[in-house]
Amino acid sequence: MNSGIDLEYSFNEILKGFGLSSEIAHVIWLPLPMLLVLVSAVVGVLVTVWLERKISAAAQQRIGPEYAGALGVLQPIADGLKLLVKEDIIPAKADSFLFTAGPILVLVPVILSWLIVPFGQNLLISNVGIGIFLWISLSSIQPIGLLMSGYASNNKYSLLGGLRAAAQSISYEIPLALSVLAVVLMTNSLSTIDIVNQQSGAGILSWNIWRQPVGFIIFWICALAECERLPFDLPEAEEELVAGYQTEYAGMKFALFYLGSYINLILSALLVSILYLGGWGFPIPVEIISKVLNLPINAPVIQVFTASLGIIMTVLKAYLLVFIAILLRWTTPRVRIDQLLDLGWKFLLPISLANLLITAGLKLAFPQFFGG
Amino acid sequence: MSIAVTTQIICFSILSLVVIVGALGVILLESIVYSAFLLGGVFMSVAGLYLLLNASFVAAAQVLVYVGAVNVLIIFAIMLVNKKEDLKPIDNIKSRRIISTSICLTLLSLLIRVDFSNVWSVADPNASIGEESTIRIGEHLFSDYLLPFEVASVLLLMAMIGAIVLARRDVMNEDISTGLPVDQELIEKASEPLLIKKN
Repeated sequence: MNSGIDLEYSFNEILKGFGLSSEIAHVIWLPLPMLLVLVSAVVGVLVTVWLERKISAAAQQRIGPEYAGALGVLQPIADGLKLLVKEDIIPAKADSFLFTAGPILVLVPVILSWLIVPFGQNLLISNVGIGIFLWISLSSIQPIGLLMSGYASNNKYSLLGGLRAAAQSISYEIPLALSVLAVVLMTNSLSTIDIVNQQSGAGILSWNIWRQPVGFIIFWICALAECERLPFDLPEAEEELVAGYQTEYAGMKFALFYLGSYINLILSALLVSILYLGGWGFPIPVEIISKVLNLPINAPVIQVFTASLGIIMTVLKAYLLVFIAILLRWTTPRVRIDQLLDLGWKFLLPISLANLLITAGLKLAFPQFFGG
Repeated sequence: MSIAVTTQIICFSILSLVVIVGALGVILLESIVYSAFLLGGVFMSVAGLYLLLNASFVAAAQVLVYVGAVNVLIIFAIMLVNKKEDLKPIDNIKSRRIISTSICLTLLSLLIRVDFSNVWSVADPNASIGEESTIRIGEHLFSDYLLPFEVASVLLLMAMIGAIVLARRDVMNEDISTGLPVDQELIEKASEPLLIKKN
């Protein structure tokens, strides 16, 4: 595997050229990828909101937003600005401290999880060894924020919504973690970089979706449930609970919930593409392309081409999944809370356990196909 | 002193301050909900301390198990049974408080004495295994620590069976202490529609 472009190394070399020590260069470098990922996450949310409005309109034979910019592309920005300047209301009987801390606790773990999302061999904030496990453990903090805001609102609908959200995310976390475990078993590593590299041997044929079809479906269902997307959006079921834990929220605090749920959706889509759809890999291996073009794999042109292709592929795959999630939201009815818990505990959990067992068996029987 | 060391010292002091103040808040605050949320904060800071010790797997497991499961369950239970009820006044509360405070202070002084008198063996910071620790933990769990590992799973199984027996009243439909039948009419299990009156 080639090392690809190492921006951090080149940046540090440039700063050292100005006579700075390597430590200071590192400190100057550190916030740059973080800011970049934060900005791209927020831009991703704007794009997703626009897609959601347009696709839902198409599904219902409407036109959707069309006056704000061409095809209404500026509509999400207008929505965001509206939420930004709206009055920030804290209900009189609410617990104002917990009421404020709730949305923050929901948003921060989701943004922190972007730490491990790779867009290329070296294009991620940090290749931490525990990789995907970090995401699983961070996403388990979210229910505390939901319970907190549900309790602090001092409203029975909010409390019920918060309790439902916590119950849902606890029950779907287990099949989710088990299906990730099956992928980790094949990779021998928790790092997202290793997981993608393991799928890069033969282009589209070596993607994990062929080796883990059941795991892929379980992961996708659980990811939708963790994001509280429509077939599973019980915590904010409008007909029963007004808006669940968000009922009393307005202005920027509501926007934090909104932002959190969309960032989480994009993050889940990215992780599905990393775990099962080959991450930044192009359906045809780049090595073959470079051979056809008669250029060595380390040529600068090929390097830049590979890096940009990697980013495009990751984003493309993720947005394909976001598109499917949006279509699902506008075409499927909501399940009941008992059906939701039945699905999680009585169907997905046994299936994912069996999937793990079969993966372990196949790994021992056919080590060349299932990662020795 | 390099930037990395300074950052570590700042992080360590903030984290340990949060652990101490948070733990005091957990036991001293009147509101049980605040105590539960503070407990989550204490668990998080302990995970931060593990991170400073290069034990990233243990830190993530701490967050997953203690914050994501234990603390959420505690908060869940509090919210399901949160009755507004004043606690009964306890007799001679003052003397009880004095006794418990003195016991706690004695324990604290004992611990401080242990801390200063013992010679702690400090691992060589250059020999830390860092990211490899996940593999090392797995190896230990399946070799020399296999028995405790398996016994822990038996313990969890016992707790789960106990919970199922308590929840399924059709298995144990008699109150153990009084011998009276326990109310079996769970709303979720009603086969008849609840809103239509039976004739």
